[in-house]
Amino acid sequence: MRSIVLTKGVPDFSEGAVSFDEDGHLERGKTPTVMNPNDHFALRAALQTRVRHGGHVSGMSMGPPSYSTVLEEAMEDIYSDDSYLLSDRELAASDTWATAITLSAAIEKYQEEVADVDLVFAGFKTADGETGHTGPQTAWCLEWPIVTHVIALDIDPDERVLRAKRLVEGDVDEIETVEAPLPCFVVTDPEFEPTYRKAAHRLEHKRLRAATEERVEDFDDHLTTWDHEDLRLDSEYIGLDGSPTIVSSVDPIPKAPSEREATMVDPGDSDGMEQVLEELQPFAGGD
Amino acid sequence: MEVKPMSETRADGGSDDYEHYEAVVVGCGPGGAAAAARLAEHGIETLVLERGVEAGSKNVSGGLIYAEDSAPYTIDDLFPDFREEAAERPVTDYHIHNIDGRQVTTYDLTDLHEHDTDWCDAVLRRTMDSWLEQRVHEKTSETGGGVLTGVRVNGLLRENGEIVGVTCDELDPIRADYIVAADGVNSELARAADLMDWDEPDEWFQGVKAVVDMDADVINDRFSIEEGEGVAHLFSGDLFEDVRGGGFLYTNEDTLSIGTVFHLDSLVAEEAEPHELLDALLTHPLLAQWFDGEYNELEYSAKLVPDSKKVAHREPYADNLVLVGDAGGQMQAQGPIIKGMNHAVTAGALAADAYALTRGNADPEAAGRRYTTMLEQSGTMGKLRPRRYELTSTVGEHDLVTRAVEGVLNSPVGSVAIGNPIAKRLLPKAYNSPFLVGMLPDTSMAYTTLPSLIGEKHGRTVHWENEIEPPTLEERIGDLTYNTDVGNPHIRLQDESFEASGAAVYACPVSAEDFGGGCYRAETVTTNGSEEKLVSLDTQPCVECGTCAIVADTEWTHPRGEKGVEFKQG
Repeated sequence: MRSIVLTKGVPDFSEGAVSFDEDGHLERGKTPTVMNPNDHFALRAALQTRVRHGGHVSGMSMGPPSYSTVLEEAMEDIYSDDSYLLSDRELAASDTWATAITLSAAIEKYQEEVADVDLVFAGFKTADGETGHTGPQTAWCLEWPIVTHVIALDIDPDERVLRAKRLVEGDVDEIETVEAPLPCFVVTDPEFEPTYRKAAHRLEHKRLRAATEERVEDFDDHLTTWDHEDLRLDSEYIGLDGSPTIVSSVDPIPKAPSEREATMVDPGDSDGMEQVLEELQPFAGGD
Repeated sequence: MEVKPMSETRADGGSDDYEHYEAVVVGCGPGGAAAAARLAEHGIETLVLERGVEAGSKNVSGGLIYAEDSAPYTIDDLFPDFREEAAERPVTDYHIHNIDGRQVTTYDLTDLHEHDTDWCDAVLRRTMDSWLEQRVHEKTSETGGGVLTGVRVNGLLRENGEIVGVTCDELDPIRADYIVAADGVNSELARAADLMDWDEPDEWFQGVKAVVDMDADVINDRFSIEEGEGVAHLFSGDLFEDVRGGGFLYTNEDTLSIGTVFHLDSLVAEEAEPHELLDALLTHPLLAQWFDGEYNELEYSAKLVPDSKKVAHREPYADNLVLVGDAGGQMQAQGPIIKGMNHAVTAGALAADAYALTRGNADPEAAGRRYTTMLEQSGTMGKLRPRRYELTSTVGEHDLVTRAVEGVLNSPVGSVAIGNPIAKRLLPKAYNSPFLVGMLPDTSMAYTTLPSLIGEKHGRTVHWENEIEPPTLEERIGDLTYNTDVGNPHIRLQDESFEASGAAVYACPVSAEDFGGGCYRAETVTTNGSEEKLVSLDTQPCVECGTCAIVADTEWTHPRGEKGVEFKQG
């Protein structure tokens, strides 16, 4: 099995890391870049496939050169064998459509020059764009089948099919089992949990981890960077020029004012506590 | 959520395509490690399953590991760098203190200690076992297996009643041609195979231990030793009142292991609190010389110890399953010296050799029978179940005889006999006789009456004041690391009446009367006007020692892989 995992660097929106200016605009320079949280599930699905069926996993990302850290994290996390970064100024400011064009061109180049790909994994959506469009559009460009919201996955390499359980409309009670031919594009759901119920799989997992610890030391030796010329992409179709999406404005959502009042009472203050009990009395149950 | 692998899905939804390993070793303590390493050396595909997050995270020992001259295998035979890389200090000095109040008589026990001893090192199990795990994984990987942590084996896979493999919480069932149960004192496999039970408190000891922080230089200074030297001190006498047992102190590289070990039936009979007995030792004036008023406890732990004289299984096998180490009751109490890990190592290696010698034999019990013979012929079983104990035990345990002997010792005549100058010369000799200590009966005469008489008659008075304050039980529990399996308790109380399970309130090392934060609590409940004393259980603070499996009416299992307590020292 040969897989490519798509991953993206996004601002770290977690409490304490993210920085906004007075107007509520994200301060990109002050906010660190991390791997898109949803991509972790795609990575786990790729790792599960690799552990169970062997093969090769490549990490792929599009973004500035600094995004190689995200690919490095992917290697540490899921023991990817090598990494591909699609990076140059012409690609900057791409929307989901231009990104899908670029990614599909890179996957096709990979198939021509490196090896045939069986699976492409992507996360559900990115924390900065929140559209969830890039995966399906990339699959569409590749003319591959796509299975989304995948929460469990198994592959039959001989029959060249995958079977997946997917959440329908995000309701955990509705789970659909589908089959699809390979190659296939798989978008994982945050509910995806890899399972390793075989000792052989866990031993392989352990072996991959040990091998990766050495490989990650020489991360740059396993990193390939492609620009738009490598991908034979006309700059009209990529980057800002190739992005039909127009974001007219972004309005910060003001915090809703609190409708409740609070009075602090010291438990040691008997008058105060008496008042609390009086207030509570009407709500007390009883005969 | 899992999608059944298509290759394994049958029309009826079942799956019979189980994995197979030639050998499965359950538990990666010294016994399991020895078995697995030796199996791999024989070229056998060996899978080791360990429930802890890392080997050693579930293990506690006193802990001294011995290498006996007479043993067919020692741990450094199998793992050559063991002493340099996994052990603490060697024991170069060995003493026993007989205590009667502030009166203390100290005997040099080095002769007994050195009898049949090539070397003996103090160990901390987290460091030791995790080191072994690495070595075992390297060795077993070469023959197609390896070590997996975080996997709890919960039972035996049987076919037509015959054992053919193991079942696990985290993995699908695994078939194996040979199964080594090295899953410790609370072996669920030994019980699943009907080889061991959890019935009689008098077949067990319970130990509790504190690992105490102390700089290496300070240790050298206070114990008057050099780098590369270490001491062992044992304590017996009246500091534990009438509970039968004793205390120990061993020096590690930069910590001390201080603990107490008692007969479980005695703990139950005296309604003694194990942590208080440990505190009685820690706060005794004799220990003041080593603490100098400072006490920083890193970890409190507990362990059940099988008494091999009574429970070492003479034929530790069933079908293709063999028991190794604590799982087979292979823990020898040679008077005051307890030897367990060395026997587990020997047994593990012999179990591996037994399989290699009978490999290919169609009879599934061939290896087990050969293992049993090897345990006998190597002298291991003879150490675990000394013949002289078998001959004297009926006398030793006879209450009437005990009372008579104690009566004599307590009488003026008896005390004078112990106190006379000839006795003063003979007693240290007697203590150092492996023959005599192997015969010692399990009565309070050996543990309390005699040592305190010796203390009284021959002792010097200790005038030091010990002002240290050991942590409370609540603080001790608070300092432990737990990965609680919320909503899935591993122990269930079968009978909550105080008569059936009340002993656990005292005997459980993380429970105490009038303490609400422990595992077991007693409470009086009024129903329909009549009062009833009931016991309740909260497994969160459990240290997985297994005491309550014996003294209370429980359904006892280990937590799932990686769950429950995680010892950092062990």
